[in-house]
Amino acid sequence: MSNATAAQQPAGPARVPSLSVRRKQSLRKRLAHGFGPLLWIGPATGLIAFVVLWPVVVMIRTSFQRVSSFGAIRGNNGWKNFTNLFDELAFKGVVERTVIWVVAVVALTMLISLALAQLFNQSFPGRRITRWALIAPWAASVLMTAIVFKWMLTPGYGLINILLHDVGLLKNLNSVSADPLGKATTAMPWLIFVAIFVSLPFTTYTILAGHATIPGDVYEAARVDGSSRWHTYRTITLPLLRPALTVATLINVMNVFNSFPIIWAMTHGQPGYSTTTTTVFMYILKGKDLGESAAMSVVNFGLVIIIVGMFLKISRWKAEVE
Amino acid sequence: MATLTAELPATATRPAKKRQTRPTWKTVVIVVAAYLIAFFFIFPYLDMIITALRPQSELRSTSILPHHYTWSSFATLWQTGLGTNLKITLMVAGGATLLVLLVATPAAYFTARYKFRGRLAFLLLVLVTQMFQPTAMLVGIYREFLSFHLLNSVWALILVNAGFNMAFAIWILNAYFSSIPKELEEAAMVEGSSKMGALFRVTLPLAAPGVVTALIFTFIAAWNEFIVALTLTQTPDKQPLTVAINGFIGAYNIEWQHLFAASVIATIPVIVLFALIERKVISGLTAGSIK
Repeated sequence: MSNATAAQQPAGPARVPSLSVRRKQSLRKRLAHGFGPLLWIGPATGLIAFVVLWPVVVMIRTSFQRVSSFGAIRGNNGWKNFTNLFDELAFKGVVERTVIWVVAVVALTMLISLALAQLFNQSFPGRRITRWALIAPWAASVLMTAIVFKWMLTPGYGLINILLHDVGLLKNLNSVSADPLGKATTAMPWLIFVAIFVSLPFTTYTILAGHATIPGDVYEAARVDGSSRWHTYRTITLPLLRPALTVATLINVMNVFNSFPIIWAMTHGQPGYSTTTTTVFMYILKGKDLGESAAMSVVNFGLVIIIVGMFLKISRWKAEVE
Repeated sequence: MATLTAELPATATRPAKKRQTRPTWKTVVIVVAAYLIAFFFIFPYLDMIITALRPQSELRSTSILPHHYTWSSFATLWQTGLGTNLKITLMVAGGATLLVLLVATPAAYFTARYKFRGRLAFLLLVLVTQMFQPTAMLVGIYREFLSFHLLNSVWALILVNAGFNMAFAIWILNAYFSSIPKELEEAAMVEGSSKMGALFRVTLPLAAPGVVTALIFTFIAAWNEFIVALTLTQTPDKQPLTVAINGFIGAYNIEWQHLFAASVIATIPVIVLFALIERKVISGLTAGSIK
């Protein structure tokens, strides 16, 4: 994108007269066809309205309706769906687990990505090909990655189990400890591991893009001043990476909070509800009571709105389009 | 030209070779670490390929690598009906990509070229949808398509995938269109080209890298989509590959070799495609906040 902005600059001065000419033209045009803009942005707006906005309305409406187990609407239900949801025995645990899930995955992803970006920002032979390998979990469907990890953790012959057995960390390939996804205490850490695994590429690439915005002479100056490497990193690199770090954190929070395929493919939220997050809980409820599931969605959506608000505040989208 | 290229290596290799023969310890550590990390990230996909190539008799063996390799899982894959699911995936991803380009290109062009009332509101709407994910409003999507009798239909999946991935295309294309000077279009119009002609013959070709990025990104996103398809499709003959592969797991007797042959088909093409646009994706995903 850097070459795109560079191409714009030389055209700057020559632009002024032609702009006014164009303004006049477009003004005349707008008077002639009052709906000019609608012709261009109308289809996009329509698609967003139909696929994104209307479902929100339907979802909120459903959360106040009584829905039979066959999906038929049986009239108004007031706040009953919400009180039913909050009274679910599993609800408190599900919410707590969601907080742990999001905080653990995002925090660890950010920390590891900072280190990875530091490494891949150096120039070394083979950088291109190794950076290329890094994108695999990003491009591949999260579902496929989750299924492979489930397969590698299969008791008896899963590859991770075999490797753990070969190095002596696992005594018996067919014991209970060879089935980490079947146990509440070990299932969640493995799910968190896979979620971090698929979040690292995007995050590392975002931080690498952040590194690219730091001019080299800043480091030159720090070196002349005799600043130590760690001191330079803390006082120069990290503060200048802040925009990249905040954007990456927010996008990750959104992705991890809405993450469904990893948990669904690997554990279905089981054993019990021990690996169920609010998103998975919404899906499980959908099969039992659509109204209550809608109530869970509305609660989830509230959080989504907060994250979007924060993203809008920190993103430089306005400067970008003006 | 021929003499130039013949001469170049002779002069160029010597200093390069000198650098290569004496790598510093720091470089060695970095290279080793980078290759180990690279291996770590492709490791699951290597196991996916190896499992797909394992003969059925060795599926439950405890050797890390199989003793024999066979393509038979790929050959028998089509008897399981997965060809239909692959066709559905292609239709959904292709349809969504086409729809996104048809809808996003004019919107991106107009917002890049003209200031009009409602422009910022429109771009804000686009940005908000970019952050939204269908998972968060799944119940609403399900009820809406139920009421339109569009469950179990390819059209529903095309619409949802297009709607949720259009934002990325609009951001990328908007940035490209704004970077192309208007003067180029005006010059074409002076030479007798119509406004539309100038757009199609001058601006769009110059924005081609942006169009390709948007195209590949949408295609991959729709190709990989799982939860909406899982919710909106009901019969195996209407399900895309992701849902069909997930269905293997629930089966009484999991056919792992077919599952992984299908996974390879579902995974490897998109990794290769993604490598083509890797450099441009971040600016689109962060709405130009970092570039």
